[in-house]
Amino acid sequence: MKTVLEMRNISKFYYGNQVLKNVSISVGEGEILGLVGENGAGKSTLMNILFGMPVIHSTGGFEGEIIFEGQKVDIDSPSKAMELGIGMVHQEFMLLPGFTVTENIKLNREITRPNLLSKMLGTKGKRLETLDIPAMRRDARQALDTIKMHSIDEMEYVASLPVAHKQFVEIAREIDKRTLKLLVLDEPTAVLTESEAENLLNIIRLLSEKGISIIFISHRLHEILEVAHRIVILRDGQVVAEGRKEEFTVYQIAEKMVGRKIENVQLPPRKKEISENNVIMSIKHLKVHMPGEEVKDFSIDIREGEILGIGGLAGQGKLGIANGIFGLYPAEGDVTYMGKSYQLNSPMYALKSGIVYVSEDRRGVGLLLDESVEMNIVATAITAFGMFTKKFLGFTVYDRKAIRQHAENLIKELDIRCKGPTQPVRRLSGGNQQKVCLARAFTLNPKLLFVSEPTRGIDVGAKKLVLDYLVKLNREHGITIVLTSSELAELKSICDRIAIVAEGKLAAVLPPTAPDVEFGLAMAGELKEVKVNG
Amino acid sequence: MEKNVKNRIKLILLNNIVPITFFVLTLGAVIAAKIPPLFLISEVVRRLSRNTFLVLALIIPVVAGLGLNFAIVLGAMAAQAALFFVVDWNITGVKGVLLSMIIASLLSIFLGWLVGLTLNRAKGREMITSMILGFFANGVYQLIFLFFIGSLIPFSKTDMLLPQGVGLRNTVDLYGTVAGALNDILVVNIKFINIFIIPLLFVVGLCLFITFLLKTKLGQDFKAVGQDMHIARTAGIDVDKTRIIAVIYSTVLAAIGQVIYLQDIGTINTYNSHEQIGLFSIAALLVGGASVRKASIWNAIIGVILFHTLFVVAPSAGNRLFGQPQIGEFFREFMAYAVIAFALAMHGWRARKARH
Amino acid sequence: MGETMDIKSLVTQIFRKVDIPILVIILFLLSLFVLAAFTTISIPGLISDSLVRIGMNGVLVLAMLPTIRAGIGPNFGLPVGIIGGLLGMLIVMENQIMGPIGFFVAVVISIGFNLIFGWIYAWLLDKVRGQEMMVETYVGYSIVAFMSIMWLVLPFRNPEMVWAIGGVGLRYTLTLQGYFDKVLNNFLRFRIFGDLYFPTGLILFFALMCFIVYLFFKTRAGLSIDLVGQNEMYAISSGIKPRAARRNAVILSTVLAGIGIIVYAQSYGFVQLYQAPLFMTFPAVASILIGGASIRRATITNVVMGTVIFQTLLTVALPVLSQVTRGDITEVMRLIVSNGMILYALTRAPKEAN
Repeated sequence: MKTVLEMRNISKFYYGNQVLKNVSISVGEGEILGLVGENGAGKSTLMNILFGMPVIHSTGGFEGEIIFEGQKVDIDSPSKAMELGIGMVHQEFMLLPGFTVTENIKLNREITRPNLLSKMLGTKGKRLETLDIPAMRRDARQALDTIKMHSIDEMEYVASLPVAHKQFVEIAREIDKRTLKLLVLDEPTAVLTESEAENLLNIIRLLSEKGISIIFISHRLHEILEVAHRIVILRDGQVVAEGRKEEFTVYQIAEKMVGRKIENVQLPPRKKEISENNVIMSIKHLKVHMPGEEVKDFSIDIREGEILGIGGLAGQGKLGIANGIFGLYPAEGDVTYMGKSYQLNSPMYALKSGIVYVSEDRRGVGLLLDESVEMNIVATAITAFGMFTKKFLGFTVYDRKAIRQHAENLIKELDIRCKGPTQPVRRLSGGNQQKVCLARAFTLNPKLLFVSEPTRGIDVGAKKLVLDYLVKLNREHGITIVLTSSELAELKSICDRIAIVAEGKLAAVLPPTAPDVEFGLAMAGELKEVKVNG
Repeated sequence: MEKNVKNRIKLILLNNIVPITFFVLTLGAVIAAKIPPLFLISEVVRRLSRNTFLVLALIIPVVAGLGLNFAIVLGAMAAQAALFFVVDWNITGVKGVLLSMIIASLLSIFLGWLVGLTLNRAKGREMITSMILGFFANGVYQLIFLFFIGSLIPFSKTDMLLPQGVGLRNTVDLYGTVAGALNDILVVNIKFINIFIIPLLFVVGLCLFITFLLKTKLGQDFKAVGQDMHIARTAGIDVDKTRIIAVIYSTVLAAIGQVIYLQDIGTINTYNSHEQIGLFSIAALLVGGASVRKASIWNAIIGVILFHTLFVVAPSAGNRLFGQPQIGEFFREFMAYAVIAFALAMHGWRARKARH
Repeated sequence: MGETMDIKSLVTQIFRKVDIPILVIILFLLSLFVLAAFTTISIPGLISDSLVRIGMNGVLVLAMLPTIRAGIGPNFGLPVGIIGGLLGMLIVMENQIMGPIGFFVAVVISIGFNLIFGWIYAWLLDKVRGQEMMVETYVGYSIVAFMSIMWLVLPFRNPEMVWAIGGVGLRYTLTLQGYFDKVLNNFLRFRIFGDLYFPTGLILFFALMCFIVYLFFKTRAGLSIDLVGQNEMYAISSGIKPRAARRNAVILSTVLAGIGIIVYAQSYGFVQLYQAPLFMTFPAVASILIGGASIRRATITNVVMGTVIFQTLLTVALPVLSQVTRGDITEVMRLIVSNGMILYALTRAPKEAN
C-alpha cells in the first residue's frame, strides 16, 4: 500500500512545556488510522501541526518533518494543507450559520462565471466574477449524496440544522474538495447519538474504500476498534503503542492510555480515621452546564477528612463537578453540606460555608496576572470576608501592613520563588503561580477544598511540592480535599479513593491500588462491559 | 395555528421596530406641521436624488462585519478637497463634476486604505475607532484648509481665501462652476415637482452595482468575513485584505456621493458640510431598518424617505406645537442621535445575549 | 563614564515605560515653552493659567477612572453626569442662593440627581455589555439634544437666566457672577512672584477629590470594582457580583462628572448649556490616556499627569503659536491631539495576554 502521509519525529513546545516528543506516524492510501490518547496526550496538537493552524506558528513552530505523498512539505497555513489535499473536520464546527449548506460546502472555493466587469479588469477582476449558484448546488448535492445525506437540503441555512447534520455538512465540505487525499476527523462522534454515530462510521468506511486516507480521533474505543485499520496510542506526547487493530482489545488500549510508573510514596498518618458514616458533603444527581465538561447525573458522598480524587478523560465532565458546586457554572441537583441543605450557584455562599475552589484555569480564573503576589493572595479574603482591613477616616480600607505580613508568611511556608510580595504574578513560573493560588485558598480558611488540575504545566519538582502541601493541609489542618486531575498517577499517589467520571456520570469509585486497566476502562465507559465479559 | 401567526407578527414588529416607530412619529409630525403636501413631496424627491448615494455607501462595511462606518467622513472630505481645486482651476459643468469625482475617488482609495489598516488593528472596536478616526481626520482637514491653504499650498483664487490671506473661506460657492451640473442635465417636471434624473440614475446605478457585487466572489467573501473572521481565515480567505477592500469601496462611494450632494446644495460649508454627513447618513440607514450587522438597499431608500421627511417637517411642527421652531430643530438632532443610540444598544444587547 | 551609562539606561527605561505618542506630546510641549522664551509672553503667566486649567478640568478627568478600572473603558457618556451637575447649578441660580455656599449646594443637588441618573445609566450599560463605548457616546449625544429641548421648556424664571425676549427658555451661557464665581480659585490664592498666582482652593479641591477616590479604591467596594475590571471570573470566584460592581463604578463616574462640571463652571465663571457638555468628553478621555492610562488600566497618577500635560499644552499653545500662524490653531490642535491619542489607545494590541 502506498504511504500517503508520514510525520517524522515531531516535537512541539508550548511555553516551555513539551507536549509532543518525537512522535512519528504514517498513514497509507485508503487506510483508516485510529488515534487514541488522553487529553494533553498531544492528539489535537499533532493535528494542528498537520493542518498548519496559526496557533502552532505563533507559539514557536515545531521540529520534525512532514512527508506527503513522498515529498517533504512545509505546511504553514490551512490553505497550504488544503492545497495538498488534507482536509480536517474540527471539533468546533467551522460553519457560517448565516450561509446555506451549499455556501458552506463551497466556502472560498466557489464556482464563478466571468462577467462584463471582471473581463474588463482582466486578472485583477477574478474576485468580481459572479457566483454560479446552480453549479455550486450540484456539487453540494453530489457531496451530500456521496455520504448518503439525502435528507439534508443543500439550500437550507446552517443555523437551522440539527447538530448532527452540521457534522455531516462539515464532512461533505471536505469531500467536495476533489483533491482530498487525507481526511482528519477530530472527535466527530462526540455530539452524535448512537445511530448517528453508526451512520458516520459507515461513511468513514465508504470514503476509505474510495481511496481516501483517514485519521480518526475518538475516545470511544469501541468505535475505533470497529472502523480503524491501524491504531496509534499517544500518552504524554509520545507514541506508546501502535499496530493493526486486530492486535488490540479494548482493555489493552485503555491500559496503554493511562499506564504510568508510580513511585510508592508513604503518606503521613491521620489524626482521625475517615469513616463512611462521617459525610461532609452529599451530592445527588448533580447536573452542571459547563461547555465542554457537562455533568449529567453525578452522585457521591464526600467523607470528612478524606482526600477524594476525581478522574476521567477530557470532556467527560470531571472538571464540571467542582465548578458546579462552587457556583462558577450553572448547576442543579440535591446537595447537602454538614447536614444542611446546600445552595448551589453562589460562590459567596460556598465561600461563607468554608468551601474554597482552586480552579483548573490558573491564568483565567485563579490569578490576577498584573497584580502583586500579595494582592493575589488576599484579594478574595478582603472582598468576601473583610479580612485584612482597618478603619481610616471613616472608611474601611485594606491594611497594607497586615497584607504584607501575611503574604510574607505564606511565601516562606510554600517556598514561593519570587522577588518579593510586590512582584506581579505574571512573571512567576507556573509552579510558583500555582503556589500563589494555594496560598490564596489557604487564606480563606477552608473546611472543604476543591482543587482542579493543580500540577498542570508545572515542572516535576514543583509538582511534588504542591502535592505535599495538599497532604499537609489535609493531615495537619483537617481540611477535606477533593482533587480533580487528568493525571492518574497523582490521584493514585495521594488520594484515599478515586472516582472516575465518564459521559457526565460516575463510572466507578476505585481504590488507588486498583489496576490501571480498570481505571482505563472506567474512563472509557467500558468498565462494566469488560467485567461482564470477563 | 393562531399562536403561530401571532408570534410571527410579534417577530416582524420587533425586528422592524425602528422604521415603524419612526413612521408613526413622522406621520404625526407631518400632520402637526401642516405643510403643503406638494412642497413636502418635492423636497423628499430632491433629497432622494441628493442623499441616497451616501447612505448606500454604508452598506458594504456593514456586510463585511465592520459595523457602521463613521469614517465615510473621510470620503466626504476628499470630495470637498477635490471640489475646491476644481473651482480654483475654474472647470465648470459636467466636466468639473466628473473631474472632481475622479480626483476624490483616487484620494479616497488612499484614505480608505489607511482607514482599513487602522480598523484592522482595532478588531472588535471598529465603530468607535472609525468614529474617532473621523474626528481626527477632521482635525487634519482643518489644519490643511485653515492653515496650509494660501501659505504652504498655493491657491490662485484669492477671493476664496479668508481675509488674512491664509485659510479657505467658510463658504465656497459652487454657482458658476459645478452647482447643479448634474441636476440640470435632465429635469422632469410632474405637477410642479422637479425630478432630477441624472443623480437618480447614479443612485439606481449604485443599487444595481451593490446587488451585483454581493453576488460575486468578493461579495461572498465580504459576507463570510462579516459573519466570522476566524472561520473565514481557516477557509483561506485573506480577512485583513478583504476588510480593507470593503472600506475602500465605502470611502470612494462616499466621496462620489458627497460630490452629488454638494452639486445639488450649491455651496460648500468648508468646515461643516462633511461633519454632519456621517451622522445623518447613518441615522437614515438605521431608520430604514438596518442594524449594525445587516443592511440592504431598501433600508437605505426607506430610511432616506422617512428620515428626511421628518427633517423637513420638524421645525414647522415644533413651531405649531410649542411655539418655538428651535424645538423642532433640536428634536430632529435628538432623533438622529437617539436612533443611532438605539441601534447600537440593540446590537450590544443581542451580542450579549448571544454570549450567554 | 558611569554617569553617561546611567543616563543612557535611564533614557531607555523611559522609552520602554512611556508610549511614543505621549513622548511626542511632551516634547512638543517642551519645545513650545522654549519658543515662548523667545517671545514677549510672560512664562509665569502661562504657568499660572495652566494651574487654573489643571484644577478646572481635573475632576472631569478623574471621572474617567472608575469606569476604566471596572473594565468598561473611558466613560464616553460623561454628558449624563454633566447634566446632573448643570441641573444642580441651575437650581441654585433659580433660587438665588448667592455666595460660596451656592457651590456646595450645587454639588449636593448634583450628587442627588447623579445617583439616580447613574443608576439608570448603569442598568443600560449592563444590557449592552461589550459595546459600552459606542452606546455611551450616542446616549450622551441623545441626552444633550433632548436636554436642549428641555432647557427651552423647563420652568426657569430668574430673569438673569432666561431670554430677554419672551421670558421663556434658558440662554446659552449664564454668568455666575454674584453666585460662586471663582470661589475655589480665589480661596487662599497667593502670589508666588510676578504673574504667577497659585489658585490654592482649586488645587486643594482637586487633590481632595483625588484622595477620596484613592481611598475608595482601597475599600472592599473599590477593590471589587478593580477585580471585576481585571479578571471577571476571578471576581466571581471571590463572591463578587460583577453587575453590582460595574454599577457602582458607573455611578461614581457620573457623580464625579457632575462635581467636575461645577468646578469647571466656577472657574470659568459661566454655566454653559445646550451643546456644551459634548465638548467636555473627548478632552477628558484624551487626558487620562495621555497620562499613561489604557482602555483597561488607569491610576490616579495617570489622571494627574494627563491633566497637567494636556491642559498645559492647550494653555501654552495659543499665545505661542499665534505668533507664528494667523488664526486660532488651538481648536485644531485640540482635535488632532485628543483624537489622535484616543485612536492610539484603541489600536494598541492588548498588552494583557489572557
